[in-house]
Amino acid sequence: MNFVVPDFYPAAAEIFVAIMALVTMLATTFLKRIGRSLAYVLAQATLIGAAFITIYTMDGHVTLTFSNMFIADLMGDLLKLLIYFAVAIGLLYGRAYLADRNMDRPEYFLLALLMTLGMMVMVTSNHMLTLYMGLEMMSLSLYAMVAFDRESARSTEAAMKYFVLGALASGLLLYGMSMIYGATGSLEFSGIAQAIYHQAANKTVLLFGLVFIMAGLAFKLGVVPFHMWVPDVYQGAPTAVTLMIAAAPKLAAFAISMRLLVFGLFELAEQWQSMLMFLAVASIVLGNLAAIAQTNIKRMLAYSGIAHIGFMLLGLLSGVVDGDRHFALNAYSSAMFYAVSYVLMTLAAFGMVILLSRAGFEAENIEDFRGLNQRSPWFAAMMMIVMFSMAGIPFFIGFFAKFSVLQAVVAAGYIWLAIVAVLMSVIGAFYYLRVVKVMYFDEPIDSAPIHAPADVRVMLSANGLAVAVLGLLPQGLMSLCAYALIASL
Amino acid sequence: MEFKTFVFYVFAAIMVFAALRVITARNPVHAALFLVLAFFSAGGIWMLLEAEFLAITLVLVYVGAVMVLFLFVIMMLDINVDRMRQGFWSYLPVGALIAILLVVEMVLVLGGRYFALDAMPEPPPAQAGYSNTREIGRLLYTDYVYPFELASLVLLIAMVAAVTLTLRKRKGLKSIDPEIQLSVKREDRVRLVNMPAEKE
Amino acid sequence: MEALLQPVAQFFGPIWPLVWTLVKIFAIIAPLMLCVAYLTLAERKVIGYMQVRIGPNRVGPKGLLQPIADGLKLLFKEIIVPSGANKGLYLLGPVFALAPVLVAWSVVPFGDGMVLADINAGLLFLLAVTSLEVYGVIIAGWASNSKYPFLGAMRASAQMVSYEVAMGFALICVLLISASLNLNDIVNAQGQGRFHDMGLSFLSWNWLPLLPMFVIFVVSGIAETNRAPFDVVEGESEIVAGHMVEYSGMSFALFFLGEYAAMILVSAMASILFLGGWLSPVGFLPDGFHWMALKTASILFLFLWARATFPRFRYDHIMRLGWKVFIPITLVWVIVVAVWMMTPLSIWN
Repeated sequence: MNFVVPDFYPAAAEIFVAIMALVTMLATTFLKRIGRSLAYVLAQATLIGAAFITIYTMDGHVTLTFSNMFIADLMGDLLKLLIYFAVAIGLLYGRAYLADRNMDRPEYFLLALLMTLGMMVMVTSNHMLTLYMGLEMMSLSLYAMVAFDRESARSTEAAMKYFVLGALASGLLLYGMSMIYGATGSLEFSGIAQAIYHQAANKTVLLFGLVFIMAGLAFKLGVVPFHMWVPDVYQGAPTAVTLMIAAAPKLAAFAISMRLLVFGLFELAEQWQSMLMFLAVASIVLGNLAAIAQTNIKRMLAYSGIAHIGFMLLGLLSGVVDGDRHFALNAYSSAMFYAVSYVLMTLAAFGMVILLSRAGFEAENIEDFRGLNQRSPWFAAMMMIVMFSMAGIPFFIGFFAKFSVLQAVVAAGYIWLAIVAVLMSVIGAFYYLRVVKVMYFDEPIDSAPIHAPADVRVMLSANGLAVAVLGLLPQGLMSLCAYALIASL
Repeated sequence: MEFKTFVFYVFAAIMVFAALRVITARNPVHAALFLVLAFFSAGGIWMLLEAEFLAITLVLVYVGAVMVLFLFVIMMLDINVDRMRQGFWSYLPVGALIAILLVVEMVLVLGGRYFALDAMPEPPPAQAGYSNTREIGRLLYTDYVYPFELASLVLLIAMVAAVTLTLRKRKGLKSIDPEIQLSVKREDRVRLVNMPAEKE
Repeated sequence: MEALLQPVAQFFGPIWPLVWTLVKIFAIIAPLMLCVAYLTLAERKVIGYMQVRIGPNRVGPKGLLQPIADGLKLLFKEIIVPSGANKGLYLLGPVFALAPVLVAWSVVPFGDGMVLADINAGLLFLLAVTSLEVYGVIIAGWASNSKYPFLGAMRASAQMVSYEVAMGFALICVLLISASLNLNDIVNAQGQGRFHDMGLSFLSWNWLPLLPMFVIFVVSGIAETNRAPFDVVEGESEIVAGHMVEYSGMSFALFFLGEYAAMILVSAMASILFLGGWLSPVGFLPDGFHWMALKTASILFLFLWARATFPRFRYDHIMRLGWKVFIPITLVWVIVVAVWMMTPLSIWN
C-alpha cells in the first residue's frame, strides 16, 4: 500500500460547494421561518464564494489529483466560472416567479446548488466514473426541479419523460463506457487515449462503445434524433426551471463532450466526427424548421436550442481533417465560444419570458409578447437584441459565434456543411423576427405594467446589453476561449 | 466437470429461469419474488468468484431492503395486468427490433473473440488470509474516495428530491407541532385587560 | 476424537465431509428446537411469576411437559388454506419465516472455533440472512388474501427494515473496534486489554465502551423480532394476530418457532458481539460454552421481562424511535468511535 493523501487544493471549489449545500440543508431545516430567503441568500453566496475560490486557485497548469480522477485546467476553470454565473442568474430571474407560485421552497435552492456541483464534477472529470457521477448528480437534481410544481400535471409529466429518457441515455452511456473499458482496460481518459494510440485496444469493440457513448451524449445534449424530450420538458417545466435546464447544463455538456471525445477518444476523431456531422445537420435542419411552427415561446426556444447545439457541434466536428490536427484548436475554441454565447442569449430570452409572467399568469405564447414596445420600450429593445443575436444578425454576439464556427467548418473543407448551416439559419431568422414583429407592430392584448424586482430589471438589462456589447467587441471572449484551450490541451 | 463449475451452472440456470419468470409472470408480486430469487443466485455466483463482500451486500441491500420496499409498493397498488398488456402487440415490433439489435451487438462484442478466456486471463488465485472485504474497503477509502463521496452526494440528492416531491402536510390533522407548541408566548393566549374597579 | 471418527470416516468414504456436516447441523438444530420449545414455557412461567401467578403447572411435573403437549396438539391440527389464498406462497410463508433463522446459526460460534462455518465475513452474513426474515411475514401476509394479515405484513416489513438500519450501525461500531468481520475474531478481540490483565475480563468486553450501541442493539433486536413492546405486527387487540391470522396447525407453529428461534439468535448475537461470547467474566474461571449459554439466557430473560413490563408502543412512535432517535445516535456514535480510535486515547491498539 503506497497511498498518499490526495491534493485537495485544486478541488477547493467543489469541496466548498458541497459543504455549503449541506450547510444550506441543515440551516433551512432548523430555521424554518426564514428558510426561503435564507436558502436563496446562501445559494447565491455559495456561487459567489465558489467563483472567488476558482479564480484564486486558477493557475493555468494542468493539475491532476484524487488518483488522476480529477483534472484542473484552464478550460475547466473558465467553464466553471460561467456555470456559477449562469446558475446565479437563473436563480435571480426565477426567484419572484417561484415565490408567486409558492415554489421557492428551500429545497429548490438546495437542488440548484447540488446541480451546480454535479456540473462542476462533470467539467473537471478525468475519469469515466467521475464523469458519470457528475452527470447523474446534475440530472437527478434537474428531474426533481422539473417536477417541483407538484400540483401541475404537465410539469409532472415533463419530469417523468425527462427521467425515463434520461435514465435510458445514462444506460447507453454506461454501456458504451463499459465497452471502452473492456477494450482499453482503463477508465481514465489519458489511459484510454494511450491504449488506443499504442493499438492495444480492439477496434471493433471500441467502435461499438463509441456508438453507445455518442448516443448517450446526444440524448443529454438534446440533438436530433435524440431530441424528443427537449420541447416537452422545456414547455412542461416551470419557466424558472426551464431557464436552469437551458443554460448551464449546455456548458457542462460541452465540457463532457470535450473530455470524452477529445481528451479520451481523440484517436477515433475520424469516426466520431462523421457521427457528429449527421447529428449536427439533422439538428440544425429539424430545429429550425420545427421552431417555425410553434406558437408557444418555450417550445420555440426549445427547438431553437436544438438548432444552436447543432451549430456548436459543427465546431467540434471540424477539428481533424485527414489526420491533420492543425485546425483542432481553432475549431474547439469556436465551439466553446458558441456554447458560451448561446448560454448568454438563452438566459436573457428565458429571463424575458419570466419577466412577463406573474402570479396566476404564464407568459408562454408568442402572442403574450404582443405590443411589448408600448408596455415597456426598454425591455422590448432587450428582447429584440436577444432575438437578433439568436438569429445571427450582425453585429451581435450570436453572429460572431456562428461566424467563427462556420469559419472552422470551411477551414476543415466541409463547404457543403457551411452552406446548409447558413441556409438553415436564414430560414431560422424568420421565427426570431416574428417575435420582434409581434412586439413592435401588434397591439397589446393586456396592458398591465411589468412588475419586477429591481435586481431582476438591472440584471436582465445588463444581460441584454452584454449580448449587444460583446457583439461589438467579441475579441476578448474569443481569445479567452482559445487561450483556455491552448492551456488545457 | 469440476464441482465449482457444476455449482456455477446450477446458479446460472436458476438465475436465468428466475429472470425469465420476472418478465413472464402474470402476477406482479410473483415477478418481484422471482427477482429476489435472481438476486440471490447472482449473489451465489459472486460468491464463487470469491467476492464474498459483494455477494453478501447484494443479498443484504437488494434482497433484504430494496426488494422488501418494492414488494411493499407492489402489494399496495392494485395493478391490472391485463390493462398493462394492452398495446403489447402494437409495441412488439419496435421493441423486438431494439432487442434483436442489442442482442446482435452483444453477441458480436462478447462472442468469444474479444473477451474470451485467452484475451482475459484468469486472475491468480488469492493468497490465504486474503479478505475481499478489507481490500474493497481499502480501495474505496483511498484511490476511489472521490467517486465514493460523490456517490454519497448522489444518494443525498435522491433523498432530497424524494422528500420534497412527496412530503405533504395533510390537512385536517389535529396533532400539533411541538415546535409551535413550545414557542407559544403568553400574549398569544391571554389578553390582560385593565379595568377600573367598579364601586357600588 | 479424531481417532474415534477415523473408522466411521472410512466407512463413508468420499461422502464423509457431507455426512459429517449433516451431523454437525443436526447437533445444532436439535438442541435449538428444544430450547425454542422450552423458551415458550419459560416465557409463560416468567411472566406468570411477574404477575403473581403460577403459570402452567398441570402437564408433567411442574408443567415441564407443557411444550411437548403444545407441540403435539399443533401437529395434529388441520392446516387450513383459505379459498382465496395464493396456495403456493401461502405455504411458503411459514418456511421463509423459519429457514433464515436456522441458516444464521451456521456462523454462530459456541466456543473458540466451535462453529459450523468459520467464514471471513460472518457478521455480514448474519446481517444479510436475518434481513431475509421479513420475507416470511410479508409473503404470508400477502398470500393470505385477507385484510388483517396484509396490514400486519405492511407494518412488519416497514418496522423490520427500519430497525435493521440501526442494528447495522451498531454492528459497524463493533467491527470497527475489532477490525474483523469474523465472529470468532470478534470474541477473541474482547479477551484482551487492561481490565483483562487485571482479571476483570468482563470490563474489557465491548458492552462498556459501546454502551449506547449495546442498548440500541438489544432494543432494536426486540423490535426486529417483533416482540413486545414492539409487537404491533401481531397486535392481537387491533389486527388479531397480524400475518398469522389465517394460519393454523403446523404452519402456524412454524411462525412461532421462527419467532422464538430469532429471539435466541439475537440474544446469542448480543452476547457474542458485546458480552464476550464464551469468555469467562473473571480471570480465575475457565472460558467455555456454559458462559455463552448463560449470557444468552440472561438476554432472553431481558426479552421476557420487557414483555411483562411495558405496554405496547403506538406504531408511529415505533417508527419515530427507529428513524429519528436510534439512527442519528448510532450514526454519531460510529463517528465518535472512529475518531476515538484515531486519537492517542484509543484503547484498542
